[in-house]
Formats: sequence, C-alpha cells, structure tokens
Amino acid sequence: MSLPAPLIEMRGITKHFGAVKANEAVDLSVAPGEILGLLGENGAGKTTLMNVLFGAYAPDAGEILIQGQKVRITSSADALAAGIGMVHQHFHLAPRLTVLENLLIGIPGKTGRIDRAGGLARLAEIGRQHGLTLDPDLPVSALSVGEQQRLEIVKALFRGARLLILDEPTAVLAPSEVDGLFSALRSMAAQGLGIIFISHKLNEVRALTHRCTVLRHGRVAGRVDDPANTTSSEMATLMCGHEIVPPARGPSTPGADVLTLDGISTSKHSGTPLRDVSLAVRTGEILGIAGVSGNGQRALAEVISGTRVPDAGQMTIAGQKVSRFSPREVQALGLGRIPEDRMTTGLVTNLPLADSMVLPRIGTTAFSSKGLLKPDAIRAFAEAQIKAYDIRCPGPMTRAGALSGGNLQKALLARELAFDPKVLIVSQPTRGLDIGAARFIHEKFLAMRAKGCGIVVIGEDLEELLVLCDRIAVMYEGRIVGTLDSADATIARLGLMMTGAEGHS
Amino acid sequence: MSAVFEQIFQVGFLAAIIRIATPLAFATLGEMFSERAGVLNLGIEGTMLLSAMTGFTAASLSGSLWLGVLAAVLTGMLMGALHALFTVVLGLSQHVCGIGVTLFSSGLAYFLYRLIFGQQSVPPNIKGFQTLPIPVLSDIPVLGPAVFNQFALVYMAILAIPLAAFVLYRTPWGLSVRMVGENPRAADSAGVSVIATRFQAVVLGGALMGLAGAFLSMAQFNAFTFGVVSGRGWVAIALVVFGRWDPWRSAGAALLFAFVDALQLRMQASGLGHIPYEAFLMLPFIFTIVAMAVMSRNAVAPSALLKPFRREER
Repeated sequence: MSLPAPLIEMRGITKHFGAVKANEAVDLSVAPGEILGLLGENGAGKTTLMNVLFGAYAPDAGEILIQGQKVRITSSADALAAGIGMVHQHFHLAPRLTVLENLLIGIPGKTGRIDRAGGLARLAEIGRQHGLTLDPDLPVSALSVGEQQRLEIVKALFRGARLLILDEPTAVLAPSEVDGLFSALRSMAAQGLGIIFISHKLNEVRALTHRCTVLRHGRVAGRVDDPANTTSSEMATLMCGHEIVPPARGPSTPGADVLTLDGISTSKHSGTPLRDVSLAVRTGEILGIAGVSGNGQRALAEVISGTRVPDAGQMTIAGQKVSRFSPREVQALGLGRIPEDRMTTGLVTNLPLADSMVLPRIGTTAFSSKGLLKPDAIRAFAEAQIKAYDIRCPGPMTRAGALSGGNLQKALLARELAFDPKVLIVSQPTRGLDIGAARFIHEKFLAMRAKGCGIVVIGEDLEELLVLCDRIAVMYEGRIVGTLDSADATIARLGLMMTGAEGHS
Repeated sequence: MSAVFEQIFQVGFLAAIIRIATPLAFATLGEMFSERAGVLNLGIEGTMLLSAMTGFTAASLSGSLWLGVLAAVLTGMLMGALHALFTVVLGLSQHVCGIGVTLFSSGLAYFLYRLIFGQQSVPPNIKGFQTLPIPVLSDIPVLGPAVFNQFALVYMAILAIPLAAFVLYRTPWGLSVRMVGENPRAADSAGVSVIATRFQAVVLGGALMGLAGAFLSMAQFNAFTFGVVSGRGWVAIALVVFGRWDPWRSAGAALLFAFVDALQLRMQASGLGHIPYEAFLMLPFIFTIVAMAVMSRNAVAPSALLKPFRREER
C-alpha cells in the first residue's frame, strides 16, 4: 500500500508522572484509511499516549500534527474539533438518557432548542454508511454492551471524527459481536477514516490491522508492517521483550468428586436463572464453563460462592453437604472464589490493599482475636503475598483501586490460594489482562491442579478454556447442554453448542 | 363528614391550595435543577429565609414590590453561587457545605434584619402583592376564582413548571444539565464544561429559591418573621425525590403537599377542638413520609448526585 500523507502524526511524545516515565519519545502516525494496531502490555503507556492525543494529559515534550499542521490539544473539546474521536474502555454514556440525547450532548441546537430532526437524519446517514443502526429513542440502559459500544462509535462519527481511537473494544464483546465490529471498522477505513485499535488479543490485531506500533515501558519497542503475516508469538516477544511460551497442561490424575451440584435451580433474580444444573468437579481437575455471556454463568458462580440460595437442588463441597449457602459456610468447607468483577465484588477499592486481602477471613483467629483486629498480622500477610506474587504496588497500605487490573487479579488470587482451597471457582480470570499477567494466572491454576485442587473456570474465551481445562461444559439458557473432554473439543463444536444447537453429554 | 366535604369543595379551599403550593413549587423546581446537575443543595432553607428578608427589606425601603422580588432573586443566585463555589468549583462535601450555607444565611438574615429595623414591639409590615384577576378566565366557575384570581407570583409559578420542563428536556443546555448529573465524564468528553453547567444550574436553582422566599414575605405574610420559611425548604428537598426529579411530577408533589396542608388548616379551624392543633400541623409531614415510602421506593436519583467532578490525572 502506497503511503498517503499521514492523517495524524505524534512526534517525540514524552510524558512523565513523577518518577514514572509513562511515555518516552514516542512516534506514531496513522494514514487515512489505515487501521493501526497499538500493542503493549498493561502499563506500557498505550492509554497515556491516547490520553495525550485526546487532550486529557498535556505532554511534557513532543508535538502532534494533523494533516501536516501542528496543533495543540489541551481538552477533549479541542480533540473533537480536530476530528479525533475516542471510544473508551469504560463507556462515557448516561444510561438513563436516550440514544439520541447521548449523541446530541454538547451540540448547539437550533434556535435554542435541541435539533431532534437534524440528529435523526445524521444518525440515519451514519447507519446507512457503516451499517451501524440504533433505535434513537431507547434509553442507553436498555442497550446491550455491544450496542452501547456501537453508540460510542456513532457518537464519534456524529461529531465528524476522521480518526477513531478504540481502547480494547473487544474486551467487552461476545465472539459473535466482534465480527460485526470488525466489518464496521473496515467499512470506515475504506471510506478514508484513520483508526487506532488498542488490544491485547493478538489474533484480532493480526486479522484487523494494517500496521502495528508496539510499546514497551513507555517507548516504541518495534513496528510491524505486515501483521497478517507475522506470528502471534513474534508480536508477543516484541511486547514483553522475551519469548512467551504457552503453559503446558500435563496429564493429571483426577481423584474423587470435590464439588458436586445436583439439580440446582434458581429464580427471582436479574439475569438468566439456573434450570436443573448438575455437574461434578474432581480433585486435580479443571472444569471449564463455556457459554455466551448471560446464559446463567453469573447465577452459577453466585450459587457456588454461597451468595445465592437456590430454589432446588443440592451442592456438596469435599463430600460435605452445603445447607445454608452462605459465603462463610462454603469458605469453611474449603472453597475459594475469584469473582467476575474485581472492582465491585472482588475487593474494596477505597480501602488499603491489605484490608481487602484479608476481608473474607477477617473473623478468623489469624487476623483478629476477641473482636479486635491484628493490624500487624494483616500487614504481614499482605506483605508476604505481595512478595510471593510480585504484585506491583507501593506497599500493603496502598488504596486497592490504584492498582492495575493485572495486579488486582494477582492480589485476589494470592488471597484465595494462601489458604489452600480444595475447590476454586473463578470467573473471567484473565479478562483485560495482558499476556504476561494472564500467563502468570494460568501457571498458578495449573500448579493448584497439580496439588489436587478442583477448579471451575467460567469464561467466554474459548481458546483460553481449551488450553487450560480438562473438561468443558457448555451453558445455554441456564442449562448445561453438554460436557466435552477438551481433547474432543474444538472451537467450532463448542461454538455450536453455545448457540443451543447441539446437546451432548 | 358532609360538612368537611363541603369545605373541601369551597372555592376558598382550592385557592388556598394553590397559594400554599406556590412557594413550594418554586423551591422544588429550584432544588430539582440543582440536583439534576448532580448537586444537592441543602442551603435551600437558609437561602429562602435570606431571600425573604432581602426582598422584604428592599420592598419596604423602596416601596416597590418588584424591586423586592428582584432583590430576593439576586440573593438566591448569590447564595447558589456560594454553594456552587464550594461544591462544584472546589469539590467539597455537598452535605456539609449546604448545611453551612443554611446556617450562614439564616444568621445573616436575622442579623441584617435587626440592623436595619431594630427591635420593634410591632414588627414592620408592608402592603404586599394584591390579587390580580385575569379577565375572562377568572369568570370560569370554581376554577376561575381559585386559579385565575391570584397573586402575580402565583401565575409565575404556574408558568415556571412548563418552562422548566421545556428547558430541561428540549434545550441543549437542559440536556447538558441532565448529562452532567448522570455521567459528568461523558459530558466532559463531549466537550461540555461540567463545572460551568453545574454552576449555572445551581445558580438558576438559587434564583427559584429566591422567588419562593419573596412570595412568603411579600405575598403570603407581608412581613418578615424568623419563622417565615419554617421547614418549607426541607420539604422541597423531599418533594424533589417524591417527584422523581421531574418538573411536572415535582410540581404535582408540591400541589399534593399543599392539599394536605390546606386540609389540616381547615381541620384546625373546623372545631375538632379537643385535639391539640399541633397534631394537625404534623399531618402534611406524616403524609410526605408515607408518600415517599410508598411511591419513591424505586425512584432513582441522578447517578452523579453528590459526586464532585475532577478531571482524571494520575
């Protein structure tokens, strides 16, 4: 592809936060019609760089050129005026306002009124151009995550964006939604838009992008000119600075059932209820639960973790019947849990990390006696775990919310594994984590499996489940529709079962 | 029982409801604008009191009631700006600052009043607003004398309701107000100034609270006393919740409260003499609590209410 003049060019961007060099002399350019992949591990400086481009941070040095013209971007309003649109990882939408209202925010009206007719016409036009259709009068809260993301993209186009930045757009999407996103992005690029695509998922980057820039420790570690013909492991090596070997799952010798569910059903809660779910996990075995998100996985995780009482059915942990379904009871029987949402049900973001790390066991004699906390013991425990799991943070008294996703996940893992659980239930263990952190988590699971722990992994990433699990059960509309040995399982077969097309047991 | 019914459908009773509802409607709309933008204004009670004082004083000294109204509105805007300075610009606790504004402005009102009027055995009063019958409309039976033979400020309150709904739902500024109250980050990334929008909404709310104060001291009581507001500001805060942060529903809530208040006034007067009058005084408040408990269980406040906005920096 011959190189047209760059749409946007960043030269020598440097941004320091105190002693942290978030960006150091970074160069980056995007041509019209080009999809640029921006790769890097968490903390490599991708988000900082994009925040500089979008006007949230002022760079310490460097310049930004748009179509050869030097520009100063000091606010998101400047960025929008310069034709830069950004789709953040956490959507910037008001859930109770309608689609159209979210689009029209900040746009001057006609004779003092909101220009509804003009907005509808523009929305319809964007829908026609790129196949991005939305019902203008639905409240955003009624949209699926995929639709909300579509709205964010439409919002950028609505404002006349010529460069679109997407920060890990596929992390929140189901596999079927990713295809739709990609075809929309290709259509936009074909019409001359520039796109910066930030992702951890190398197979997606290879499928979608024309060129890649790889960041490591705030610097450009390398560029990839032909991503489609570059292997994932070559890219991973650029990102990490060393080769990444996928973990090898050796043979294991499963023992007796350590967790059983028999005829579990739930009702009266938001989300899909469970309908007559039975499953068993043996010691030294990893069982995957696959399924499109929203098919009862959340209810299943809640029942097993003891935060939801089922209407019917029985559960046993290590041979003991669970009677009350309280978190404390299942924990006492030997269950460890890593919840889906680290920030809300995982730990308390406004408290010191050490407090969150002992929270589930705060009443045990290890951390309190006679109703009083043992601050020294809590601190020592947290310090030991921080060291053992290489959790990057200033110390145990750091506010938990200040840690990156990968470090939070390590902290949660450390908290549960320190007490040698007999069963571990984890949801989306590596969502949003980079390759290195994901690799670390996987190794820990395999080590626990070797020690005889039974592990249930609820996930949407089929490749991950196939690497990690001994058996994979598929959930559809609150039921387990089949269980496969991972030796017999393929992505195609699992994908078919996930749509409810094939039952197998 | 039939005697009570007869009283209810008297024209005078309907007119009383409208009159009682007027300051509540102003105050409720004012608080609603503030809260829709994400700022709880507990300064409302004191803002109303100080506005009632400045309005009364300006009218008394100048002889012009409309000059008094202007003074009250400006006072309300000033107190709104003070609250906004603390909570929006500096991002301090909305609870603490609101209570501070109420204590400060109440104290200031008493102090200035004493300074200007001294201690008098008979409190000074003014010739307040007179009813202003609207031609033709006031001749409609029942409704005419009740609604269209009122003070000018009452008509303003009636017009303020659709106007508030129009501004909030149909103008770009109103959309910005709702957006900064729901997700300020979204508004910011769309190029809307969160700080400016919130500041403006709180000042507009203050102006409406000022009108409420003006009505109390210049149309309802025609004098300034220390009990002239007596909790109406706090009631307005409850009515905003009851009205689910919507102009029409909030005005409806004000009307409903006024109905119960007017009813208890009649019951006090209607010779149920063996019951202490304080018991009747409680009725509107008990009603508010019960109505809130029943009707507002799933009311959802603006998501960013109470949350100060700061640009993210590490």
